[in-house]
Amino acid sequence: MDPLLLPPIPDLHRIEVYEARGGYEMLRKALGMKPDDVTEEVKKSNLRGRGGACFPTGLKWTFMPKKTDKPKYLCVNGDESEPGTFKDRQIFERNPHLMIEGTIIAAYAMGASTCYLYIRGEYKKWIEMVQKAVDDAYAHGFIGENILGSSFSTQLYIHRGAGAYICGEESSLMNSIEGERGYPRVKPPFPAQFGLWGCPTTINNVETIANVPIIIRLGWEAYGNIGHPKHPGPLLVGVSGHVNAPGVFELPTGVPLTEIIQKYAGGVPGGKKIKAVIPGGSSTMILRGDQIQGVTMDAEGLKAAGSSVGTAGMIVMDEDTDLIRVITRITAFYHHESCGQCTPCREGTGWMHKILNRFVAGDATMTDLDLLLDVANNIEGNTICALGDAAAWPVQSMIKRFRDEFEQRAKKSPAAPALVAVQA
Amino acid sequence: MLSDQHLKEIEELKRRYQHPQSVVLAALWMWQDEHGWVSGEGMKYIAGLLGIPIHHVYGVVSFYTMFNRAPVGKHKIEVCTNVSCMLRNSDQILKHIQDRLHIGVGQSTPDGKFTLVETECLGSCGTAPVMQIGDQYYEQLDDARVDKILSELR
Repeated sequence: MDPLLLPPIPDLHRIEVYEARGGYEMLRKALGMKPDDVTEEVKKSNLRGRGGACFPTGLKWTFMPKKTDKPKYLCVNGDESEPGTFKDRQIFERNPHLMIEGTIIAAYAMGASTCYLYIRGEYKKWIEMVQKAVDDAYAHGFIGENILGSSFSTQLYIHRGAGAYICGEESSLMNSIEGERGYPRVKPPFPAQFGLWGCPTTINNVETIANVPIIIRLGWEAYGNIGHPKHPGPLLVGVSGHVNAPGVFELPTGVPLTEIIQKYAGGVPGGKKIKAVIPGGSSTMILRGDQIQGVTMDAEGLKAAGSSVGTAGMIVMDEDTDLIRVITRITAFYHHESCGQCTPCREGTGWMHKILNRFVAGDATMTDLDLLLDVANNIEGNTICALGDAAAWPVQSMIKRFRDEFEQRAKKSPAAPALVAVQA
Repeated sequence: MLSDQHLKEIEELKRRYQHPQSVVLAALWMWQDEHGWVSGEGMKYIAGLLGIPIHHVYGVVSFYTMFNRAPVGKHKIEVCTNVSCMLRNSDQILKHIQDRLHIGVGQSTPDGKFTLVETECLGSCGTAPVMQIGDQYYEQLDDARVDKILSELR
């Protein structure tokens, strides 16, 4: 597959180059279609969100009310903070106009009068790059009033974050745009009914939005034939950790993990064995090295393997990796990033971190292992947003798939006191 | 106080949102750019500017980690120690900077030039280990590269 999201064209970030390569023609084409037909095209393409949850994008768009007195909003999520994920930055840097074109097409399909592109605060340099691209797109008439002579008008503004992983969660992102602390909101009501300032809002990931002009260009059928039929399209796969050539690789969905590691990321340094792989960002369930044979990088393949595709940010760990340290660091991250609204997450992530520190220090007992799992199980599903699950899954999967590592670290303690059941 | 240029920008930004409160992050960024950190005075000023309660501004400042709530060195060094960087030896990078600057994590050099902190994932895992100094990313670090970067900043 020739790269569609990040084609190797020099200076593609410049609007002249992008236009010379047929850029913004798909916006012109879309504006000639009925908005519902654009949504239908995206729906039939089977595009699924690239931000981690794999939700069908076209379906999400149909949740936006057709008749409303309120303004409608589109938020493009470029908060990109999931450890192991560094793909949206490539789009900002190398092909920002594809994302802008996709944003305007999506806004047209849903009737959004304002679009906010939320970019994490640390990406100052990339915000400046994207701002330049947005300014150029305004100057060329691709954003603003009566776009390309049509009756459609929309604005696109960049909103800079200020250091909060949780703001990548869609309702937290909206609160951040409203100038609030980035607390996730209870759902329902869902953003399409009650989003920004109580108005209908859709939130899509940067990479998801960048796929939209590609669908319009190829047509839903041809797009749907790229990669895995149930999760089609080009996918930006990030590979980090113990590989010779880490980086972002644009591949069709459905490429085997082993091929990604060996062929694209240059294999493991020193020819060492793979001990573990986190396939799609730090919140996805860890896989043993001997479990990845035949597993493909797509929603279906990773689900079958007992994990998920997440953001397709793969972290590879060689045979010498101390996985207890890895899970302790990951848990420290979720503890730090928990917004503090929900007790199970706020307290539970801290407890897990404390228990894991005992394993690191060699002070843990076998009872601690049961306790750790118990805490993780009591966070999962008991919080407003998915951060609680994201903190629990790595711990649960690490215990499930590398129990021996914990057992080796635990002191052979005297028989632990039996837990007393407390009657409610 | 904020510069006239920033005040003008804030007025323009207000038009982008349904409520001026949305400009609070941008206004805090401007304050931090001009003053290095966000003081109580700064929060009070921004609250007045946007017509929102000062406790709200404090709530925002204390939520987002990139706002400095105390003065920091001229160069704030933020070393990522999250998993992808950890696997590529960020421990050593952090130790090397501590040894070189003779400060611990969370401390500043006595001359006020450097502050060292650990940070969470910077979204640069493919070029780990990584650190951020001010707005600038420094990637694919090793001890020699860190030495070169720090000596150029001196």
